[in-house]
Amino acid sequence: MQSFTYERAASAEQAAAAVAARPDAKFISGGTNLLDLMKLEIERPAHLVDISRLPLDRIEETAAGGLRVGAQVRNSDLAADPRVRSRYPMLTQALLAGASGQIRNKASTSGNLLQRTRCPYFYDRNMPCNKRQQGSGCAALQGFNRMHAVLGASEACIAVHPSDMAVAMAGLDARIETISPGGETRTIPIGDLHRLPEATPHVETALGHGEMIAAVTLPPPPPGRQVYRKVRDRASYAFALVSVAAIVEKSGDRIRSARIAIGGVAAKPWRATEAERTLAGAAASDGAFTDAAEAALAGAVGHDGNDFKIPLAKRTMRHTLAAAAESA
Amino acid sequence: MTETKTSNRPRETRSGIIGRPFDRIDGPLKVRGDATYAYETTLEGIAFGYILGAAVAKGRIAEIDTAEAERAPAVLLVMTHRNAPAQPDFGPAVTPTVPEVFTRARPALNSERVRYYDEPVALVVAETFEAARAAAGLIKVRYDEEPGLYDLPAHVADAYAPKRTNAGFETDSVIGDFESAFAAAPVKVDATYRTPFEHHNPMEPHATLAAWSGNELTIHTSAQTLANPGGRRQHASHPARACAHRESVHRRRLRLQADCPCRYNPGRACCAGPAASRQDRADATTDVRQCRSSRRDDPTGASQTAIFSSASGTDTDGRLSGIAHDVWSATSSFEEYCEQTAVFARSLYAAPNRVTRHRLVPLDINRGEWMRSPGEAPGMLAFECAMDELAERLGLDPIELRIRNEPAQDPERGVPFSTRNLVACMEEGARRFGWERRNPTPGSTREGRKLIGYGMAAAIRPNYIGAATARVAIDRDGRVTARLDMTDIGTGTYTILTQIAADSLGLPISSIKVELGDSRFPRTAGSGGSWGAASAGSALHNACNALKERILKAAQSSEASPLRSTNATEASFANSEVRVGQRSAGLADLIRRIAPDGFEAEGSVAAGAATPSYKAYSQHSYGAHFAEVAVDCDTGEIRMRRMLAVMGAGRILNAKTARSQIIGGMTWGIGAALMEQTVLDRRYGHFVNHDLAEYHVPTNGDVPEMEVVFLEEHDDKANPLGAKGLGELGVCGAGAAVANAIYNATGVRVREFPITLDKLLPALPVIAI
Repeated sequence: MQSFTYERAASAEQAAAAVAARPDAKFISGGTNLLDLMKLEIERPAHLVDISRLPLDRIEETAAGGLRVGAQVRNSDLAADPRVRSRYPMLTQALLAGASGQIRNKASTSGNLLQRTRCPYFYDRNMPCNKRQQGSGCAALQGFNRMHAVLGASEACIAVHPSDMAVAMAGLDARIETISPGGETRTIPIGDLHRLPEATPHVETALGHGEMIAAVTLPPPPPGRQVYRKVRDRASYAFALVSVAAIVEKSGDRIRSARIAIGGVAAKPWRATEAERTLAGAAASDGAFTDAAEAALAGAVGHDGNDFKIPLAKRTMRHTLAAAAESA
Repeated sequence: MTETKTSNRPRETRSGIIGRPFDRIDGPLKVRGDATYAYETTLEGIAFGYILGAAVAKGRIAEIDTAEAERAPAVLLVMTHRNAPAQPDFGPAVTPTVPEVFTRARPALNSERVRYYDEPVALVVAETFEAARAAAGLIKVRYDEEPGLYDLPAHVADAYAPKRTNAGFETDSVIGDFESAFAAAPVKVDATYRTPFEHHNPMEPHATLAAWSGNELTIHTSAQTLANPGGRRQHASHPARACAHRESVHRRRLRLQADCPCRYNPGRACCAGPAASRQDRADATTDVRQCRSSRRDDPTGASQTAIFSSASGTDTDGRLSGIAHDVWSATSSFEEYCEQTAVFARSLYAAPNRVTRHRLVPLDINRGEWMRSPGEAPGMLAFECAMDELAERLGLDPIELRIRNEPAQDPERGVPFSTRNLVACMEEGARRFGWERRNPTPGSTREGRKLIGYGMAAAIRPNYIGAATARVAIDRDGRVTARLDMTDIGTGTYTILTQIAADSLGLPISSIKVELGDSRFPRTAGSGGSWGAASAGSALHNACNALKERILKAAQSSEASPLRSTNATEASFANSEVRVGQRSAGLADLIRRIAPDGFEAEGSVAAGAATPSYKAYSQHSYGAHFAEVAVDCDTGEIRMRRMLAVMGAGRILNAKTARSQIIGGMTWGIGAALMEQTVLDRRYGHFVNHDLAEYHVPTNGDVPEMEVVFLEEHDDKANPLGAKGLGELGVCGAGAAVANAIYNATGVRVREFPITLDKLLPALPVIAI
């Protein structure tokens, strides 16, 4: 770990300004990902601005009937909030499917969104990795890539975003509120927060240096039944091979609307808009769910080790949609 | 739940202490977090070491620049092959004798050669662990990389037959004419299985703390065994001899202390010893989680990947005419390591024509390390699944197939079994598990969208006994202290030894203190090979007998003794009293009168292999594993539902610690069947998934309800206690039972472990919603 200086931010504006003032500064909150990366010297910040004690730890009702989740709300608290449990059950399911109890107690909402990929080549400084070291190549492309992306990847990077929470939030059309060093704020749809790798996998989000996430706003819960289904290699404490967040709204035997986000398949939570279109107005049937799954994975590309994710994602989506439609 | 099935031959001791499910003596310490790891020993002026590992798997160090690291804050020393003290040569790849495997020189930082990925190339010693780690990151190394061999299947043609396997077994066994028998057999199976590399993932970071005090070097390390033959020298004299300015250190007294589980790590100590000598201070070399595999040094060791060919042929009734179990295993190019993965097959089932063979394929990887249960853990995954395949081909129940091939005597050695209750274990297990509910047609039992399957497998594990000595002392207050250099690696050794001494001396548990893990104590064989309880326990049993003899003799001759002039040759020690004939005395009172300084005695047990009983009898523990799994028909996710093990392992010394041993093994079996593997990148020769997030072991959520049953046994051929090894029995065959249950659930036979969902998925039908 490289030596660093540390300050505790007094306010959101001051935190943003403090990071913006130094190119080698970073925000730290729960530290559940950053500290690991610093020990391995994959992250080498010279200055840390601690935002974990900022008064951004509230969950508030919005005028529109949704919830505004402060960036510093811990994952455990968000999962346990009665309003989240009753109105956004798939968010609670996703949070509780992630990490371990200890990690969820430390991890913040914004930190969860901004956690970095667990690609083992990214984690290994001896290995080529375009995300860690621009232009060095991608060892995963022809390597051990069982956990890697089948959608939206590039020749430069096939890493996935590991969050469960973000997948549920993508399905819920969450919006990200940020604050910039000058104090100005802006709102980013969650679908625009993470970037696909293209030729610049080291650029992971739309945030500028020093721009800090202040809150995540959840619109009023959409009609329909919500289900989050995570498929993993063991029962607990494993990243998703594939996950599906689905909300199905029915009218009689027909589907009125559906929202679907897939995790474990791309560098961002993957919103399956084609599949959603396929389902709108269709009869709630095995055939419709199968068609939707085919549509969602139509552009998927495997790299040998992760080929199985394509049929796995389809099968998972099919039965998750069926589960969401069952009593919707 | 656990129970010991009672039979018409109960073997209760006088006190009833042996066998009872006493809580672990060290349990409260562990639960409270007060049990210390080796590196937690507090010493003045401790320095910390961090090992930098090679970034290539084969080649040589062309240039190593340590200048920046040496200038880094708080750095005390940077050691590389250029400035490390002289050490003995590594020597030949094949260690001349089996005992020398544990004592041979394994120098570190002694050459510019890189033989495997992450081999230590530098050691940084600093005031803090963080400073050492940071400085290691400043060392610049340029390598001349050479192409290496990393792919076992691609190089099977280069396999060779070693002279022996680990533990000194014959490489091959050939009886009769397997080829002809197999060719003529009306029913046969020829299946190829693969097992992956697996790395140890102990809770305790591997660390070694070395400290000089005058001319005495004390090493605190995590080790199973302090005294392999010549072990004291093995563990300390290499680093010690390496210290040129402290010549002859190896002749001085060296203190080794094993505070915790795990295997001793030669590489680390070889670094820690010289570093301590150079610094005249204590030096702890520890690692971070990423070192768990082969990263940042070679700390924990791996079970080697292997290919198994299991072929068998039967008559139409399912009687084996021939059985062959061949293995091709990876080994390192510089030190041969041949796990005995076919040896168990020599004793398991009857067949007139039989072959077992071990072959090795040298790769540019680190040497393998013993992972429990060496031989059976990977070997039985293949062998017991192949038996399941054979049963299906015959249309026979897997238990019935095994019963039909139950041998009357050891099928290869031709000697009787000491005790063998495999059939009883299977039958009792079948009854308890509800085996009759198993649907013999695979893939045909569904509950909702889960496919349900039952599987079973046999368990076998050799019973060993290692040479051991124990010293036991009683003081004037009747307090007993037993000392031996045995270790308790989480197995319950402290507790069972306490029970053995209390039972023998007729004293309460609270009067007994057992002290372990210090090389100043009498030598034992340590923990390994499931021989700890039998070896150390028998030595202590004999030591207590010797102590009782001394007490009796003195009691009969001492002027101050209330038992003076009794002439019986035997005394009974019970309820804290000594009774000779009609007279008795309180033990503490007696000692106070006749020996105010107390008494001390030693007892020993010889290595089993040298005894007539071992030569005359085939000695193994046996068991039967049962598993029920549920497989998600949409995703292929496999989740355990329940497991049962019925074991016949001689006399059970403590029903609770024995059960804990078995459920630990069963849990490991789940890991082997479903998730454990380290992936070797065939391009770079490095292990890719080298932390606990990516190297999966079972979590609580993966472990189902487990039931363990011990059949009543007393093996009087094995040792004075009648106990047999059971530490590793729980893992032997457990994974195969899980794998067979997966087949029963799905109809998909995956022959490459671990069985992850991606291997099932292509063959899982899409079931209508």
